[in-house]
Amino acid sequence: MSAGVAVLELSDVVKEYPGHPPVRALDGVTLRVDQGELVGVVGPSGSGKSTLLHVVGTLDRPSSGIVRIGGNEVSALSDRRLSAARSRLIGFVFQQFFLVESMSALDNVATGLLYTGAGPVERRYRAFEALSRVGLAHRIEHRPTELSGGEQQRVAIARALVNRPAIILADEPTGNLDSHTGQATMDLFRDLHAEGATIVVITHDRELAATLPRQVHIRDGRIESDERTRAAVTQ
Amino acid sequence: MSVISPAKARGPEASYEVGVSKVRFVELLRASLGSLGQRPVRTALSALGVTIGIAAMVAVLGLSESSRADLQAQIANLGTSLLTVQAGSGFGAGDGTLPADASTAISRIGPIESVSSVVTLSDTVLRNSEVNAQATGGLQAAAVDLSLLDTLNSSVAKGEWLNKATADFPVVVLGSVAAQRLGIADVGSGQQILIGKTWFTVVGILKPFPLAADLDRSALIGMNAAATYLSADLNPSTVYVLADPAYVDDVRKVLGATANPEHPEEAQVSRPSDALQAQLAADSAFTSLFLGLGAVALLVGGVGIANVMVIGVMERRGEIGLRRALGATRRHIRGQFLLEALALAGLGGLVGVGLGSLVTVIYALSQGWGVVLPAVAIVGGIVSALVIGAVAGLYPAVRASQLSPTEALRS
Repeated sequence: MSAGVAVLELSDVVKEYPGHPPVRALDGVTLRVDQGELVGVVGPSGSGKSTLLHVVGTLDRPSSGIVRIGGNEVSALSDRRLSAARSRLIGFVFQQFFLVESMSALDNVATGLLYTGAGPVERRYRAFEALSRVGLAHRIEHRPTELSGGEQQRVAIARALVNRPAIILADEPTGNLDSHTGQATMDLFRDLHAEGATIVVITHDRELAATLPRQVHIRDGRIESDERTRAAVTQ
Repeated sequence: MSVISPAKARGPEASYEVGVSKVRFVELLRASLGSLGQRPVRTALSALGVTIGIAAMVAVLGLSESSRADLQAQIANLGTSLLTVQAGSGFGAGDGTLPADASTAISRIGPIESVSSVVTLSDTVLRNSEVNAQATGGLQAAAVDLSLLDTLNSSVAKGEWLNKATADFPVVVLGSVAAQRLGIADVGSGQQILIGKTWFTVVGILKPFPLAADLDRSALIGMNAAATYLSADLNPSTVYVLADPAYVDDVRKVLGATANPEHPEEAQVSRPSDALQAQLAADSAFTSLFLGLGAVALLVGGVGIANVMVIGVMERRGEIGLRRALGATRRHIRGQFLLEALALAGLGGLVGVGLGSLVTVIYALSQGWGVVLPAVAIVGGIVSALVIGAVAGLYPAVRASQLSPTEALRS
């Protein structure tokens, strides 16, 4: 295993939700994702993969263990700096897209830079770049309701790309799409990966995960297996 | 067009500096206003409470100020330097008359501009001899000095006032109410009325006396005419005194004793404009009451805003979660929702001030008052709307900011 630059490091991460008995959603997860990797995190529902996404995305803090994003230890960061980490280092792609209906595609993508302090001109310029990258340069003025599901998901991906994040976290990105557009979305992730982006795709779909260079299987809050199918790291 | 891959722009040597999350104030404001603009009906309805409260308060302040200004103008116009000396009547209080030389004595007081005595006559005032003598219509006859109009700062509406010549003859000038009740609208065609048993020719009709309503109901004749034709005793019942404005109080102190040196306690001295001053004071008491009611409406409006904001926070969990995922801090979320409440209340306040001002203008004009819109009402209206908005928005904003992002994103 070549020693790349670690973008994401989890060390013995435990996440427990209070209750009787307490629910242990993550039970000692240790994981490292290097720059330029495309990783599928696979598991059935309730396996803890959503909790993993939240912890990795710094939306939730672990009960114990260490999470590092780009070398920054998450537990040491205040809310302000944690939010900054999300605005600069992480790009989220959600299953439900979470696009603002009243805004054009361009403005939706530009909101990805809202909390970085960038000015409106720069935001719109970079939003246009990101939309071009996902092949929607001709749809920038359209509202989400005027776009197909696949196009909406591509707008959401452009929003995740626009801040040039260290890592893109995609939560069931094909969950609301038919198999054809789902395939196209995965092709887009593979293209971005080929250009050097670091991407973690969370899915319950084993088939879909099998097409990715690295698959991390998770069950009952533990990592079951971690396989590389190709020499992905060297790419 | 060369399209660079955003992801590729971050090379292996790139540093993963976190920095701090920041957003421009304008962006927060835009987010707040945008969300209000998306739900115009809800925005309008939730701002309505504050609008009504502020409109009520502005209108109350505006109207009371306009009416005060009008009263003050009236007082300034009429002057506060008019004093009256009235003869007391009743057991131990005098026989209803002052000494005949009262006005001469009073005119010797230094700072006096004009003195006029009025002698109330017991003779009836009738339109003609066919009228039932008991149906006087509340009118009375009075003998007056020629200086009366100067002292009371009044003038004739029609015809002319008595002069040295006509004061000796059976000639009468009617007060405004007296003319109306006698059915005499014009002079010059030689109309006559019956005072006692003598016919008097009407030569003039007076404008109303704001400070001496008694005279409005009187038929006024000259002193000599009263003595000649009605055989009246010329002891004045009332003396009107126009004092030098700077010495009104001094004059007032000595007036009773001067008018009736033998029985100064029988002479009642008063200042007619005091009644208007009392009206001013009474108005302010009502103003406080209505202002209080407006404040209650404003408070209810604030509760309405808080209510709508709390519902909005619940509905917009997805948006809050997304914003947190995009890097918004708790402070940013709190700020956005607080600004939204402020904008809502501010909008309500602004419309309220406009509405209140409109009501003031329309009502004041319909009353013939000058329009006064006190700055304190306008500025105070907007400021209190904003304060209410801040208070109402605080709890929902804090609640929104404390929503955990994972919970907010679970839909």
